[in-house]
Amino acid sequence: MNRSFRPGDLLNWLSGLTMIAALYMVFLYAPTEATMGHLQRIFYFHVSSAWVGFFAFFVTLVASIAYLASRKRHWDIVSFSSAEIGITFTAMSVITGSIWAKSTWNAWWPWQQEPRLILVTILLLIYFSYLMLRAFLEDEEQRARFAAVYGIVAFASVPLTFWSVRWWQRLHPVIFERRGAHLSRAMLVTFLFCLFTFTILYFTLLLHRSRLAKLADEVEGLKRRLHSGGGS
Amino acid sequence: MSFWRKVLTIIWKDVVAELRTKEIFSSMFVFALLLIVIFNFSFDLRVEKVAEVVPGVLWVTFVFAGTLGLNRSLALEMEDACLDGLLLAPMERGTIYFGKMLGNLIFISITEALMLPIFSAVFDLNLIRPALLLTIFLGTSGFAAVGTLLSTMAVNTRAREVMLPVLLFPIILPVVISAVKLTTGILDGLPWDSLAPWLRFLVGFDIIFLVISYLTFDYVVQG
Amino acid sequence: MIQIQGLVKSFGHTYALQGVDLEVAEGEFLTIVGPNGAGKTTLLRILATLLKPTSGLVRIAGLDMASGGTEIRRRIGFVSHRPLVYSNLTVEENLYFYGRIYDVHPLGERVDMLLNLVGLEGRRHSPARTLSRGMQQRLSLARAVIHEPSLMLLDEPYTGLDQQATKMLRRLLQTINPESRTVVMTTHNLERGLELCDRLAILSRGRIVHQSEKAPLTLTELQEIYWQCVEEKTD
Repeated sequence: MNRSFRPGDLLNWLSGLTMIAALYMVFLYAPTEATMGHLQRIFYFHVSSAWVGFFAFFVTLVASIAYLASRKRHWDIVSFSSAEIGITFTAMSVITGSIWAKSTWNAWWPWQQEPRLILVTILLLIYFSYLMLRAFLEDEEQRARFAAVYGIVAFASVPLTFWSVRWWQRLHPVIFERRGAHLSRAMLVTFLFCLFTFTILYFTLLLHRSRLAKLADEVEGLKRRLHSGGGS
Repeated sequence: MSFWRKVLTIIWKDVVAELRTKEIFSSMFVFALLLIVIFNFSFDLRVEKVAEVVPGVLWVTFVFAGTLGLNRSLALEMEDACLDGLLLAPMERGTIYFGKMLGNLIFISITEALMLPIFSAVFDLNLIRPALLLTIFLGTSGFAAVGTLLSTMAVNTRAREVMLPVLLFPIILPVVISAVKLTTGILDGLPWDSLAPWLRFLVGFDIIFLVISYLTFDYVVQG
Repeated sequence: MIQIQGLVKSFGHTYALQGVDLEVAEGEFLTIVGPNGAGKTTLLRILATLLKPTSGLVRIAGLDMASGGTEIRRRIGFVSHRPLVYSNLTVEENLYFYGRIYDVHPLGERVDMLLNLVGLEGRRHSPARTLSRGMQQRLSLARAVIHEPSLMLLDEPYTGLDQQATKMLRRLLQTINPESRTVVMTTHNLERGLELCDRLAILSRGRIVHQSEKAPLTLTELQEIYWQCVEEKTD
């Protein structure tokens, strides 16, 4: 079958290959950390997921602004596709963080020691609200418009929450040493490669999710035309 | 000058209507009273020193009661499509935003002012202090700034009353965190130096939220 | 007064207007008739600057929709089947409120004059929610003309009115329509639509499917044209 090359193909292959390489690096190439042992290896995927979460929500912000400026539907599609991916990755980072916390501090939810946990959870809540707002609006145009406004306000709130949580932490003594400060060279390389891999994975998912949403959108459009008796 | 005159006209309209019905105000006030009673019972049995939970109770009450007021204020605007009437007038959409926002701020502030003596009596703690009043005013301003924008969206959704807290609470968190911190600090008698950063935060958050809400309001009201 | 070219408005996948071309001259009374869901309300709401067009050109009094919003709104009086008055304010307060946001001077005299015109001076101090539907609609009319707009937009103004109120509204529409005032009215009632207009347009499925001068038309002729226009589309 003679199929023309699509940019998606490149991304599919690239994310598959880099993911295999990343797994190799995390489990075999990177040295075992002295104090925490193998457990520390969760760090690579944990931080990478958190990064993709933030980045995805940033893309939602940019797409929201672009939607309000242009009123083009595809920006709305990018906006909520990115928010969905962001939620998935943020949830992943909460879960991996929680596993880590259980093993090091013997608590699933040590938010007194690690206020960033609260921050990430709030992020999740904000974008759940974003999806809920969309679910409760019928009119597609209004849904896109309101969601875009919420996408902007939501993202503005994130750094503010970050600052206030950080300052909160200053008043509480930090009991546990924050880790990550002393990475060996091999660890750093592994970490950076994981960041790269996850970013590629993000773009691959975004492409597929937006394409799916676009197709669903077209189907919806065809249905409408069918219902309205084929009017134009 | 015409801008502020029209803002005042919108506030005047809300105040006159409210003085006649006392709808928004009474619902907020009664709700806040109920919250105090519930909090009082739930803490009375276990908490050793009531003063420690006061900042939290105070702000939870204000935020919950304020949400009720915001919902009602915008629902009234939707009732006979009155918002359309405002949108038809020859003024920038920002005028409507400021009018509604300041009106909401006034209503919520009055409720809070009436609640404070009751709080003071129930928790046996003097809450009427200038620094605390300033904190409450700043916290409420930030709340009203985002709240007015988001309640305009919420009243257009299917879920209406349910939607506003879902949208508003996670967004407003930085304001609530700083306000609670400041309140705790003031009640603990902390020196001004350690409170100043929180006060700066609160003012900064208010300004940021106000500007963003003002800029995006247009997109919420016009299809 | 109004120039519309290729006006399209979509709500997601639903196209409310699919390319409307229309001109209304100054001082003209245009009635737009059409079945429910034809896009009448959408068209009027776009003219009233309550909705933004998806594409196409709309100019009112030579002003472009996109840039001249505030100036256009100053010239428009809008009456819909919803009264747009605050039910908790009195009749007088409602008019004072709208007068102020429209910068009307001197407001007191204007309010007195309008209350007299719509026959509500006796109910001056009653809250709007205590008025009957017909009275509310009269108040709504007074509200819409308080700033002496040069363009009146009437969206199904007769909906929910009884016979007497309808008669009163019709008389008011005649009195508030001196030579200089342009009126665009939508209705699904052909008889009412034909009464006052100079020109008549039929809107169906988001398009103007027929336009004609009123003069040679009788109601039966109009009905015939209307059913032809509307039905051939539904087949």
